[in-house]
Amino acid sequence: MDIIVTTNLTKTFNGFTAVDRITFSVKEGEIFGFLGPNGAGKTTTIKMLTTLLYPTEGSASIAGFDVLKQRAQVREHIGVVFQEPALDTELSCRENLDFHARMYGLSAETRKKRIIEVLTLVDLLDKKDVLVKNFSGGMKRRLEIARGLMHSPQVLFLDEPTLGLDAQTRRAIWEYIKQLNKNENTTIFLTTHYMDEADFLCEHIGIIDHGKIMVMNTVDVLKKSVGNDVITLVCSDSSALIQRLSQESWISKITPYGSFLTLGVERGEEKIPVIFDIARAVNVSISSIDVRKPTLDDVFLYYTGRRIREQTETVVNRTIKSPGFHPRRRR
Amino acid sequence: MMNHKDFQAIYMLWLRQMKRFLRTKSRVVTTIVQPLFFLFILGFGLNIAVFPGMQGSYITFLAPGIIAMAILFSSMFTGVSVLWDRQSGFLQEVLVAPVSRLSIVIGRTFGGATVALIQGFIIMIIAIALGVQVAGVGGFLLTVLIMVLLSFTAVGFGLILASKMRDFEGFQSIMSLIIMPLMFLSSSFYPINESLPDWLRVLSFCNPLFYMVDGIRGSFTGINSVLDPLVDLGIILVICIVVMGLGTYFFNKSEV
Repeated sequence: MDIIVTTNLTKTFNGFTAVDRITFSVKEGEIFGFLGPNGAGKTTTIKMLTTLLYPTEGSASIAGFDVLKQRAQVREHIGVVFQEPALDTELSCRENLDFHARMYGLSAETRKKRIIEVLTLVDLLDKKDVLVKNFSGGMKRRLEIARGLMHSPQVLFLDEPTLGLDAQTRRAIWEYIKQLNKNENTTIFLTTHYMDEADFLCEHIGIIDHGKIMVMNTVDVLKKSVGNDVITLVCSDSSALIQRLSQESWISKITPYGSFLTLGVERGEEKIPVIFDIARAVNVSISSIDVRKPTLDDVFLYYTGRRIREQTETVVNRTIKSPGFHPRRRR
Repeated sequence: MMNHKDFQAIYMLWLRQMKRFLRTKSRVVTTIVQPLFFLFILGFGLNIAVFPGMQGSYITFLAPGIIAMAILFSSMFTGVSVLWDRQSGFLQEVLVAPVSRLSIVIGRTFGGATVALIQGFIIMIIAIALGVQVAGVGGFLLTVLIMVLLSFTAVGFGLILASKMRDFEGFQSIMSLIIMPLMFLSSSFYPINESLPDWLRVLSFCNPLFYMVDGIRGSFTGINSVLDPLVDLGIILVICIVVMGLGTYFFNKSEV
């Protein structure tokens, strides 16, 4: 059964189209990911699906309820972890969860039980009476995820769940998400601009750029569509080489990017000598070359003509250099 | 309509306001101390002045106005603090919960009103200690009723402001350009009577705050009020319903 269905969902802000007629569906019990750079329209889509923004055009339904006409029922079936922190920092960890639980009408018994369960899950049980303003970015994020799970929603929306977290916390959160999906059969809709995150978590992904879905499929199919192997090279005259290589039928796709040239091929290691021969024949010298299995980054480049990585690289570097620090990037 | 969950939400939002208020010590102190400055400095400074047609001491005249001011500022702050919640992102958490928008407005209003009334009562007690005479039990109860309505109105007004503003920049100018003139025209500081120029009196009668201050004065001290406190009450009730209605409407319409 399709638990999320959208038809031509559109949102314009003062003439700027943030989300442009997107149509997709998510099956019950799966982890579905929206992959795209910042400003692609991911958060706007989540806000429309969670009844926080009114769509300009089109329609959407969650668990069979229309997001425009049955807002209360939609809200009862979903949990949301927002990209921006949405905690009351003047309240303690437990008070934030208690607030949430009462807003969702949980009984006193269930509240107590669930608070302990979810805090154990995110490893914050010993911090339950600490005011949230004293939490680090990573702790706040974990608390927010715990809160999203409090009322055992049918669909959980996660907007950039690990944005700016350190590598260790990201891993842990990924594990929680997987467990939750498996144990409570929660459908998960997440947005991310991290390739590895989408790769690790999602069965289906949609690549979104400039408010449009460029392609939607399983991660495996998407990677295969690029080619079995990807060859990346740097050469002295890429236009001459592109011209010559485009005559070769064994290259599924040639994508120039800066000084790089990316080729989708079968059995890449055997093609390297062939490419060298061709380059020599047209008087082009190759200064570096490598062959690897396609990643989602290659998929992204293939379908959008640009790389998602350029904006995220700085964050990744910072995370690796200072594992004890919990950076959290905010708009 | 309203169900069990909505009442839980009202209680929770009220409780949150209480906790936040008690935990921000600076707010507790400023919101009580600021009106006290007015009461003491203006009260003693102008005590020797003679206003035509004014009965009793100047402090007796001034106290109802200061009580109204304390409630007005505190309640408006609660309404406008929706902006804080919007900026901190917490508003999203509230809006995505399966509770009616009306219960969210009611919860915040009750929370704001409770805080404001506590402040109003503190000023009231200090005023009594300074020698202000209470008119009687009936008058006191009517005073409390008007204080509650004033508080609801001010929260509603704050909600309207919050839905129209995206940041706090505008808040300061609204305080100086709208609220301060309304305070001066409310009869808080000087009596409104025939000895004033006509235009000033007309402006005062157009000022919603005038009826609140006049009502509190008439019921609390029993002297110096322009209208019968019950007439004030009727007018205040109408103003309160209109402003709260608009506040709820604008809050419902605002997107996150």
